[in-house]
Amino acid sequence: MALHFELVTPERLVRSEEVHMVVVPGAEGDFGVLEGHSPMMSTLRDDAVLQVWTSAGGAPETITVAGGFAEVSGKGLTVLAESAA
Amino acid sequence: MASLKALKIRINSVKSTQKITKAMKMVAAAKLKRAQEAAEASRPYAERLEAVVSSIASKVSVGPQSPKLLAGSGKDQVHLFVVATSDKGLAGAFNTNIVRLARRRALELQAEGKTVKFYTIGKKGKDQLARTFRNDIVHMVEPGDLGKLGFEQVRDWGADLTARFEAGEFDVAHLFFSKFVSVLTQEPTEIQLMPVALSNDNAPAGAAASVDYEPDEEEILADLLPRNVAVQLLRAQRENAASEQGSKMTAMDNATRNAGDMINKLTIQYNRTRQAAITTELVEIISGAEAL
Repeated sequence: MALHFELVTPERLVRSEEVHMVVVPGAEGDFGVLEGHSPMMSTLRDDAVLQVWTSAGGAPETITVAGGFAEVSGKGLTVLAESAA
Repeated sequence: MASLKALKIRINSVKSTQKITKAMKMVAAAKLKRAQEAAEASRPYAERLEAVVSSIASKVSVGPQSPKLLAGSGKDQVHLFVVATSDKGLAGAFNTNIVRLARRRALELQAEGKTVKFYTIGKKGKDQLARTFRNDIVHMVEPGDLGKLGFEQVRDWGADLTARFEAGEFDVAHLFFSKFVSVLTQEPTEIQLMPVALSNDNAPAGAAASVDYEPDEEEILADLLPRNVAVQLLRAQRENAASEQGSKMTAMDNATRNAGDMINKLTIQYNRTRQAAITTELVEIISGAEAL
């Protein structure tokens, strides 16, 4: 039920946790990632906002990322970004 | 024989040197901890990026349209050595070891008839390389305090290097830095920076076959490869920062110990001289009394 979400910048590993859903601002449009999403890779728009739902329902947590890249694999979602705030 | 006063001054001066080296050792130890943490914190990003780059690169066929950073210029004539050292000395053989490795490789390549150019990061490396390769240094940057270096700064160097590569200034770039193994061991290391050296062993062959790419593979790669250069540079800086402090700590520990030995030796000499002076004085008094 949970998606493993990792957010990594060159400086440090910002996040590594189980979440419900993440909406990723891909270069060709936003996409939501739930557990069991098919493998994909996408670059992110610059200074875009990542929305993280830690549980179903409730308000999402937002993280602004710059210069990013997202990879969805069997292990979960990994976002590589040059900066995250 | 040195006079008592001269010896006393000498002892005091060695003592204050010892105090300084001891303080420097403690500062290095404190900085080392932070540098080591920073080096470890930057590893996950570098590792993931490398894995992603090699898994995409293994699927893209190299052709004339593929990014230059992946395919290379098709030649092997001009080599650029990016030598990362520090701006400051007093760190044992830290800078010298990196330069020595770079110089050895440069002479090897020159013997094969290749052209070698240098792009130095850090004042110390530049000074040492200028002795042998004064005219081959194309550019130099001074990073300042390695521990405080941010990604933005490194990214600019990466962009500069990529631009030079695209302009055809060189065919292959190598990066030299010191890998932090432990406080006592730092290994001068060489990696190929451009074109990207691919390790095929960590690319999952079958599992990744059905991955969707957005936009397509080539565009992602064109975006990722320059970033990979910057990340490799950052990694080298972080490793260097930790190595520098480790090396400095060891060097200052040795210096403190040497100063201690020197103080002991000088103290013995001081005491002997003083004793000799007393004995001479006594002999003079006694023989003077006997003569009466």
